[in-house]
Amino acid sequence: MSERMTKRMSDRLAVRKTYKLYIGGAFPRSESGRSYPVTDTKDRFVANASHASRKDVRDAVSAARKAFGGWSGRTAYNRAQILYRIAEMLEGRRDQFITELRHTGASKTQAANEVDAAIDRWVWYAGWADKISTVAGAANPVSGPFFNFSTPEPTGVVGIIAPDSPLLGLVSVVAPAIVTGNTTVVIASEPAPLPAITLAEVLATSDLPGGVINILTGHRTELAPWLASHMDVNAIDLTGVPDADVPSLEDAAAGNLKRVFRASEDWADDPGTARMTAFLEVKTVWHPVGV
Amino acid sequence: MRVFGDAWGVSTETLIGAAELRAFLHGLPGVDQVGAEERAARLATRSIKTSAKAEAIDLAISMVDLTTLEGADTAGKVAALCAKAAHPDPSDPSVPKVAAVCVYPDMVEVAVRSLEGTGIGVASVATAFPSGRAPLEAKLADTRAAVAAGAAEIDMVIDRGAFLSGDFLKVFEEITAVKQACGQAHLKVILETGELSTYDNVRRASWLAMRAGADFIKTSTGKVSPAATLPVTLVMLEAVRDYRAATGRQVGVKPAGGIRTTKDAIKYLVLVNETAGPDWLTPHWFRLGASSVLNDLLMQRRKLSTGVYSGPDYFTLD
Repeated sequence: MSERMTKRMSDRLAVRKTYKLYIGGAFPRSESGRSYPVTDTKDRFVANASHASRKDVRDAVSAARKAFGGWSGRTAYNRAQILYRIAEMLEGRRDQFITELRHTGASKTQAANEVDAAIDRWVWYAGWADKISTVAGAANPVSGPFFNFSTPEPTGVVGIIAPDSPLLGLVSVVAPAIVTGNTTVVIASEPAPLPAITLAEVLATSDLPGGVINILTGHRTELAPWLASHMDVNAIDLTGVPDADVPSLEDAAAGNLKRVFRASEDWADDPGTARMTAFLEVKTVWHPVGV
Repeated sequence: MRVFGDAWGVSTETLIGAAELRAFLHGLPGVDQVGAEERAARLATRSIKTSAKAEAIDLAISMVDLTTLEGADTAGKVAALCAKAAHPDPSDPSVPKVAAVCVYPDMVEVAVRSLEGTGIGVASVATAFPSGRAPLEAKLADTRAAVAAGAAEIDMVIDRGAFLSGDFLKVFEEITAVKQACGQAHLKVILETGELSTYDNVRRASWLAMRAGADFIKTSTGKVSPAATLPVTLVMLEAVRDYRAATGRQVGVKPAGGIRTTKDAIKYLVLVNETAGPDWLTPHWFRLGASSVLNDLLMQRRKLSTGVYSGPDYFTLD
């Protein structure tokens, strides 16, 4: 009996995971129905990932636009709480992230260190939600009977071409964009998209409203031009784009005067505030006094 | 085909009795619910691309009844809507104008004045829209006022309470009375299919309205959910097709409410073409009652002409 049980268990069929896109808080397949195989560093098959099309980009942008009012309207404290909640959920998925990073060639220790660094980075950015306006804003001295304030406001929908560092790099570009109230459409790393979709599963089970982060997997060269030229995207982060492709994407982004940001960095370094302030606009208010 | 036995040669002026009407409406063949839903879903999968899509978008724009039916409507809002009706995309003169502007009766005058010279008609809802719960006299006064103010089309609601309790003659007589009050104006009869509960009822209400003299049958007020759906429109399109076959008189169809995207609009066009036929594919016989769909149609149109996705920032808010 027990022998039979053992045999049956070793014969168990593998339960393969279907990796889909993350749009508007749901996990749809690509509109095109396409997928592409993801392999590990030894060229062994790991999983199929969705191969998004331009229409998925369009759907993701409308989901992000729809989410913008609610997300940017929340108090900074609430956004901080939600980001911290995401960090809690990331912690719970630690082992899964480590396994996925090991497929990309990292050793066990390297993978564990990267996951820890990613979670720490997320918590670090969560703390900035209610502090960034003090750092990036000001009470300005003016020669007149006015209080004059400059306050940073979120830009809107931010398109992000994520770098190939599959978890730490991804977290380092997404967290600073949303913590200030922007919503995002992220094109994940092409060779290693799986941690991005696992991150999406974390987001879906945290308190983050659907549409604040939308994650697409697929070919960067196919998707990036549609995101860059989209008239309803307010800013674009080209960090994950190779040098040769930057000029054409910058051209496309000029159609509606998008803010373009690109900074390659060592993800292990301490981040500054540059990635947050890149996607903020400053509003200055003149408030009369003594009237 | 003898299914519609006593429908042959029916004229709208015929005086009919309650028993005859009931027998006729209950004699209509039942709607195959599963079949209707499947067919509507199947037709909705048709892929319309590139130049066909461009034509479909322009046709859909020219079929829109641009509608504002809010308690908060103001003369300014109606005037703005009329400006949009005449030039949906001011930056592109090749965009066709919409079919009509649909407003409440007290706004008809403003709309008529704003649309002068554009060739766009003013449609007015009337007869205690949207519930229809008012005395007949009030409904007729409502209608006459709208027509006197210059409305070219009247959208009336049927008395769903009477219809559902089987008092078909009351509904019939109300429609004929309103038709008379309309004079030259076209009469659209709103069935409010969301409250009729079955497709059989939708088919009966369609035939009832057409026999009473409706120039158009319209799905919904837009105030009740579900509003227009593809299967309901399919049933109504079959009704107008069969009615023309039986009597020779053509009646238009107007789905209203719940049509928000270009994809939705194109699905309706496919449905019209495949069910009633291309004769109905003109603004004269088919309308889309909606307002938000227009911006989506314009966005898609611009995507086709510029090659990049557009955004709502570049079109009017309404």
